[in-house]
Amino acid sequence: MIYDTAIIGAGATGAATAYFLGKYRQKTVLLEAGFEVCSGISKANSGIVHGGFHHPADSLKTKLELRGNRLIAQLHRELHFPYLKCGILVVAYSDNELPALQELYQRGLANGIKIEYCSRERLFALEEKLHESAVAGFFVPEGGTIEPYMMVFALVENALKNGVALQCGFKVVSGTRKDGIWHLTAADGREVKARYIVNAAGLYADDVSGALGGESFKITPRKGEEYLLDRTSAGRPSKVIFPVPVKHSKGVLVIPTAGGTTMIGPTAEMVDDKSDTATTAENFKKILHLTRNMVNGISAGDLITSFAGLRPVHESEDFYIAPSQKVPALIQAAGIQSPGLTASPAIGEYIVELLQSSGLTLEEDPEFDGTLPPRLESRNISDKELSELCRRDPAWGNIICRCEKISEAEIIEAVKRGHTTVDGVKFYTRAGMGRCQGGFCSGKVLQIISKHSGIPMEKLTKKGGSSTILAGSLGDLEVK
Amino acid sequence: MKYDTIIIGAGAAGLACGTICAQAGCAVLIIDREEQAGGILNQCIHNGFGLRYFKEELTGPEFAYKMVQKAQRSGVELALASTVTGIKKLADGTFEVRVLSAKNGVQHLHAASIVLAMGCRERTRGAIGTAGERPAGIFTAGAAQKLLNREGKLPGKSAVIVGSGDIGLIMARRLRWCGIQVNAVIEIMPYTAGLTRNVVQCLHDFDIPLHLSTSVIRINGKERVESVVAAPLDTSRKPLLQNSFTIPCDSVLFSVGLIPEMELARELGVKVNPLTCGAEVDSMYMTSVPGVFSAGNVLHVHDLVDFVAEEAEYAGKCVIDYLAGCRPVGEYSAINGSNLKYVVPSRFLPSQASRFLFRPTAVYDQAVLKAVANGNEVWHKKLSFVRPAEMIIADIPAGILKNDTTFLLEEI
Repeated sequence: MIYDTAIIGAGATGAATAYFLGKYRQKTVLLEAGFEVCSGISKANSGIVHGGFHHPADSLKTKLELRGNRLIAQLHRELHFPYLKCGILVVAYSDNELPALQELYQRGLANGIKIEYCSRERLFALEEKLHESAVAGFFVPEGGTIEPYMMVFALVENALKNGVALQCGFKVVSGTRKDGIWHLTAADGREVKARYIVNAAGLYADDVSGALGGESFKITPRKGEEYLLDRTSAGRPSKVIFPVPVKHSKGVLVIPTAGGTTMIGPTAEMVDDKSDTATTAENFKKILHLTRNMVNGISAGDLITSFAGLRPVHESEDFYIAPSQKVPALIQAAGIQSPGLTASPAIGEYIVELLQSSGLTLEEDPEFDGTLPPRLESRNISDKELSELCRRDPAWGNIICRCEKISEAEIIEAVKRGHTTVDGVKFYTRAGMGRCQGGFCSGKVLQIISKHSGIPMEKLTKKGGSSTILAGSLGDLEVK
Repeated sequence: MKYDTIIIGAGAAGLACGTICAQAGCAVLIIDREEQAGGILNQCIHNGFGLRYFKEELTGPEFAYKMVQKAQRSGVELALASTVTGIKKLADGTFEVRVLSAKNGVQHLHAASIVLAMGCRERTRGAIGTAGERPAGIFTAGAAQKLLNREGKLPGKSAVIVGSGDIGLIMARRLRWCGIQVNAVIEIMPYTAGLTRNVVQCLHDFDIPLHLSTSVIRINGKERVESVVAAPLDTSRKPLLQNSFTIPCDSVLFSVGLIPEMELARELGVKVNPLTCGAEVDSMYMTSVPGVFSAGNVLHVHDLVDFVAEEAEYAGKCVIDYLAGCRPVGEYSAINGSNLKYVVPSRFLPSQASRFLFRPTAVYDQAVLKAVANGNEVWHKKLSFVRPAEMIIADIPAGILKNDTTFLLEEI
């Protein structure tokens, strides 16, 4: 089998590219190094749908950000992933910040977005939870939040529906091109042949480029720690609250997540290790201090969990999306840091254009179906409908995750769609994502995954590899 | 069907309360999420339960079994594998409870009163913000207990226990009995959070190292836990990083406190006492929403299930009185003073003997619990071996306490 295109990396960029290639009569394969799709940097992300005021009008970033913003709204309607179009408030908390605020506001105007300069009074009318020290700001109604993994899952699901193939655990170690065909080899020995390659390998795009004989560049991780607060937190604002940004970072934000919780973060620190996603006590203190001075009601007592994500920073600090100048039939899509998630659907669309201009012939597939049915969730359906569902399948009435009110049926559905790790199920369904962090339901979730995947409980993992949850059965160990 | 009372939770509190109400002829429904009544007792297969309430030493499942038997004999109706997703107070003062179950789908059940008996949940690694990586192998002690005792599955082969709550101590011994190494129990406070008898029976008897005034500052491991880094705390309770040490392990169990599972009650508008994280209750164990009662670990976290059952029986009597039209009139208030984290209940009837429960915040070998009103001591009781881990109970006869009585604890 020779694919037309192999996409390396099933994060937001790769998934979006796969989705758009799904529109054509194409043989496409999506290759993911991780155990499941969206297991890298797109998973641990602030989830902001940016409004298009951070970068200059003539930059590729702004063009893709603005287009991505619109595409997310459209894809949300067609694929039904959660999207909270709550708007973004950028707030100056001292007069010193006013010149920078003004500059950003002017940039927003120049970029042609809907933007409203806000007096102090107007700010508080828009968001009463703002800290008293707020002096002025601006409002961008087209901004919002998504659950990044939910968008990626939906894009991949739709791509699969339209004939795209998926291989997980495929870590590309080498690629050679013979007679116009790329031969990709994975660490486990698997091989894939394709005419075109898209390098959307996130943090490892530099390694992949190297393995394919492409450009030599370096991706450096810039770490961002995020802290998640309970859905009952009094500090949940109605809009995303941004401070006036500082260099290299849009600052620490207060984020009403599309899933109903509140997130505070991220930090921005360069690190050496691409697997360093540890959190630190100092940064928690710092973020708590910063955000408590932005929004009232934020409390350490509402903390549910914390995590860290890594931004893939290219030397240029810019997106690097271009056909390789060194080897043919390779599209590089590297350095997709903020506003990368927002831009990702537009990046996918743009990559398809680049493939086309590199010689890939695309013929529209009349059978393309760009929709997914809305997901059924016990917590969101009417009593009548839910009772009817329970009659057909009692699993809908069996609540497994009490904190997020997730039914057994939703977990079974996740397993059927290939999510067989605890994290995979958690990110697909929210089971275990609430305040008890799986304390009550983890045993039941393991049982359901095991029953419906056929994998013995002892073999189930948190996130693939050697991350097994259990260490055997009673009686396995010698008692000393 | 209309119930006199619907009790949320079929653990020791719900069963004890329901039994009392049903014995008095009330129509009682107890709803629980699990398929088996008894709550967390069902995973506590160790002994030490029931010495006070049943006058015999029982395991958790035995205690639960006896409670369920009593409840069923008294005519309590049980709805198991059923999740309460909401409680609404209706205009006539009665309640509508939305219940979801595989068997019956969505049901709306009605009752004249509600008893909150949902118990508590464990505080997690995420909630206390322990830094480091997020590999597999991190459990709350109770979750590990359930996996081990109910599923027969091992949470690891070599563990560190963070926090010295009772579940953590019990689990230290339990792990050892399964052949799992327990490398350390690490407690941030200068004293253990669990009962002394558990420290002796579960740690000392097994030579398990206990590090007091020590904090876990990092968890290491990309996929599965590899180690934890701990550091002793200085006098201002900051970690002494230069003295930090690494303990290899493949699993970490957190036993760092329990929190009343109050979310349903919050949605109903029940006022929460920030000191207990449970409901604020009056002399009838009634919350700020008339007709809604609370007892057991959802009211405040107890040491022993025997106390939970006793408290819930009392609350049950109050429910019966409420249904007969009694309302608390002429209540006095009780205030927690120095060295006491809280007093429950915070209101009482001076004409009745009252039981008060206190959580001390100090460690004293000899102390006196005093009741003070208008600057005068009106009552006192000598106590020995005061520890934050051990709840203090005071039964005070009628007619002694004044309004605005402050309770305080002094070392002697």
